[in-house]
Amino acid sequence: MSRRIINRRPDRGGRIAWGAFPFILAIIAYFIFSALRLADNPNDKLLPGLAAFGAAIHRMAFAQDMRTGEILLWVDTLASLGRLAMGLAVATLLGLVFGIATGVIPYVRSGLSPFIAVVSMVPPMAILPILFIVFGLDELSKVVLIVIGITPFLIRDLTLRVTDMPGELLIKAQTLGASTWQIILRVVLPQMAPRLADAIRLSLGPAWLFLISAEAIAATDGLGYRIFLMRRYMAMDVILPYVAWITFLAFMMDWALRVFNRRCFPWLASTDGS
Amino acid sequence: MSQVSVRNLWMEYPGQIVLERINLEIASGEFCVLIGPSGCGKTTFLRLLLSMEQPTRGEILLDGEKLPAEPGPDRGVVFQRYSVFPHLTVVQNVILGLEFGGSPLLGKLFGASRRRAIAEAERVIEAVGLSASRNKYPAQLSGGMQQRLAIAQTLIRKPKLLLLDEPFGALDPGTKTQMYELITRLWREEQITVFMVTHDLKEGFTLATRVLTFDKVRVDPGAPGAYGATITFDLPLERRHA
Repeated sequence: MSRRIINRRPDRGGRIAWGAFPFILAIIAYFIFSALRLADNPNDKLLPGLAAFGAAIHRMAFAQDMRTGEILLWVDTLASLGRLAMGLAVATLLGLVFGIATGVIPYVRSGLSPFIAVVSMVPPMAILPILFIVFGLDELSKVVLIVIGITPFLIRDLTLRVTDMPGELLIKAQTLGASTWQIILRVVLPQMAPRLADAIRLSLGPAWLFLISAEAIAATDGLGYRIFLMRRYMAMDVILPYVAWITFLAFMMDWALRVFNRRCFPWLASTDGS
Repeated sequence: MSQVSVRNLWMEYPGQIVLERINLEIASGEFCVLIGPSGCGKTTFLRLLLSMEQPTRGEILLDGEKLPAEPGPDRGVVFQRYSVFPHLTVVQNVILGLEFGGSPLLGKLFGASRRRAIAEAERVIEAVGLSASRNKYPAQLSGGMQQRLAIAQTLIRKPKLLLLDEPFGALDPGTKTQMYELITRLWREEQITVFMVTHDLKEGFTLATRVLTFDKVRVDPGAPGAYGATITFDLPLERRHA
């Protein structure tokens, strides 16, 4: 008797094979089309072959730039990651403080949540010109764009998580003699930390989006800047490895946060599913 | 001492009266069980005792003084669910009450004072039979063990009143029997006044020294919210003291 397909599961090896399948397929498809185009026109720039990639990667990631004497990929990566880290750090701090205050203290909730609900609807890209005017074209406006872009989401998500906490826990803490501050510190904050890490994971995509947009418009270094600069020369042999590198960085950050949650909050694993 | 007086208590919501004309004198050390049909206000009465809500008329006195307007360490509580903190182990859950009392700023004890708190907690944990699970998180405990933990956590603050809101409602019959023995023993040892809400009559009569039944004495079929529930029977029980 063959089982229904919803009841059939791949084993460990099967999962790896099935997981690798689309990647391999995409890579094969790319090189087939690349080879076809290169056969037509050896100078084709749209789908460069392996050799072109190798040369471009060597030029960007391992050789010093002739003009500046720096290795461009690392300069760009450091610049972008610096902005991203700064933006995420500020947004996380704001999200934590306002999210918990809004969730725990009714007066703060009444005062802030309508405002945050409206502000979170402002498209961040629409106010990018304002940021450039107010904060200038250098680092600050890029960091502010990331902060403005993801903080409202972090606050609202955290507020929801706090208000989702069983009210019994807050009552119980009070019957144990806790003050508001102690409740926040010992009951709310520790339970919200993993939720915050999850919210940051979900914000990584938008954060990169805002970073690359800001770099594309006004910057002198950074991964987004380089990609948009290379577009002028249709240098796909640089752009595609850069995109792959950005994807890799974003994926690693997501993975690191997931591992952080699993390692730092052992109580979480046993709570999930209950 | 923990003597409770309830004077002409009313609880009214817009368009609905939940409780009316409640008068009670509860001596220190009583084990009161509140029973009655669903929606008859017994849980509301417990919430009033806990100051989760304020009565619209009348007052509740604890040892002659009006109850504070918010929950505090003079009244401990165990709910049916969510009574323990999921992010803390058994020991951490129990010492939490001592930490709140001993460290206003951080809510956390360190060094010698922490060791003293743990030593005190160990005694309570031993009393509820959780010593073997002292470093487990609540989610790793069974329902009955979680309720034992909730009781231990409450007792460490030595409250005047212990309020139990259907604490054994989610437990299987065997575990319930064990919990009856435990709560009876602790009630005797701590000489604490207990209020317990249940809808299990047998449980009520097993545990109580006094059974209070809540029900509506007047019902207007056209306006179900017009009259509230009150205490219809107040039965003092002779309890065998083993």
